[in-house]
Amino acid sequence: MNPKFFASLAVVITGFVLLYGVSDFPGFGDPRSPANAGVEGGSPSASLHYINEAYHDTKVPNIVTAVLADYRGYDTMFETVVIFAAGMAIFAILRCVRKDEEAVVAPPAKSSIDGDHNRIIVGMTCRIIIPVVQIFGLYVIAHGHPSPGGGFQGGVILAASFILVALGSNLEDALSRFSEKNYLTLASLGVIIYAGFGVLPQVLGRNFLDYGVLQKLFLTDGPEMARYHSILGVEIGVALTVMSILFAIFANLSSRGTLKGGL
Amino acid sequence: MILPFDIIILVFLIVAAVIALNVKDLLSSAMIFAIYGFLICLLWAEMGAVDVAFTEATVGAGISTVLFIATILNTRRRSSD
Amino acid sequence: MVEFFLNTVKPNFNYWVYVILMMVGLWSLIAKNNLIKKIMGLAIFQTAIILFYVSLGVKDGATIPVLEQVPVEAAGTVAAASTAGAFADGFANPVPHVLMLTAIVVGVATLGVALALCQTIFKEFDTLEEDELLRKIKALPDDV
Repeated sequence: MNPKFFASLAVVITGFVLLYGVSDFPGFGDPRSPANAGVEGGSPSASLHYINEAYHDTKVPNIVTAVLADYRGYDTMFETVVIFAAGMAIFAILRCVRKDEEAVVAPPAKSSIDGDHNRIIVGMTCRIIIPVVQIFGLYVIAHGHPSPGGGFQGGVILAASFILVALGSNLEDALSRFSEKNYLTLASLGVIIYAGFGVLPQVLGRNFLDYGVLQKLFLTDGPEMARYHSILGVEIGVALTVMSILFAIFANLSSRGTLKGGL
Repeated sequence: MILPFDIIILVFLIVAAVIALNVKDLLSSAMIFAIYGFLICLLWAEMGAVDVAFTEATVGAGISTVLFIATILNTRRRSSD
Repeated sequence: MVEFFLNTVKPNFNYWVYVILMMVGLWSLIAKNNLIKKIMGLAIFQTAIILFYVSLGVKDGATIPVLEQVPVEAAGTVAAASTAGAFADGFANPVPHVLMLTAIVVGVATLGVALALCQTIFKEFDTLEEDELLRKIKALPDDV
């Protein structure tokens, strides 16, 4: 008996139980299913409240952004903390190189793309495309209210632009633009911005992450616009953390924690 | 939801998942996994979940492939199964 | 066979595919020998579950959850359930999208942690195959 037989048995049993459960599901795309409309005779689904009230409460046309950063802001805050913790975990796992290993691993670094004809096309293309990618990332963060986008997506796009620098030339080039000190600072700063938007209403005498009271601070007309601007601030915090941590993960993984050489 | 798109993408999804897990060269496995991520992104866009599709397009087809390749080039490219 | 497909599989075809994807991921998680293949299986397992959640929020004939125009004031409170429901039927359910959006980004961060562990294992044992790894761990002296 090889272990693959038992693996197949376990998988087939699990699959059969799940497929049996699927036959009791509401039909695919049914607008009256419990998830979409609530239980018959019970309270309606929370999604109905979000779809109907999100615009009145926050003036944000994209319901997903409104729910992500306002109604479920507490959830999103700790997701950001999880990403930060993952970055710290990678730091703890890989970024402890002994002195003798460091001397062995570091290859002779190429100074720039100019001397290397094999990489000149890739390098030039990256150099042209990176500013465009970064501007698009900033647009995605700032335009998360009326269109798909927001802190997570924009942060990932910004991280991708820095990874592109590292792939197009080398890791030293990317680290000279976005050094280890900078990305660790920015990652912490993102979490602090998010938590700060939570604590500010508490200072003004309301609940944690209750942005509506910030209208005195932002001088907006009504609590809705205060929520609108607070969502943007929160998204910026998320974007900073995601950008820094994803670039940190790439930099550590591609150089085995030495931050030298790279791919 | 558009039914022909739905069925084509779902069939390709299974094919991509099975191939990605059975190719012995890990580098090509990572590339097929990027295709899998992009197909999932298409499926979400087609279901109306544009924000999720956007995230998957940047994360699944972009960053996670780069992370896989970074690890594979720093370890070993061949896999026994 | 054809009747079974039309009556049982076709209405829930999406769910069937998600279960199959989950089975593929689970199988590779248990039976594959290479650690990177195992991580790939874990990612496939995760996407299958995310797909399942997102498809709970699909509504036939609904558009993306971005409001094109301001909802009518009469919809007002949720108490007016009939009008509120009729308005909400036009948009996909945003709640699963929100939950899964964060799950994907957290997923890539944890994927990074898993790959970092892989690199550490490779540095220590010079292999990523599970059977060789077990052999090398057994060969270690006891006081390590």
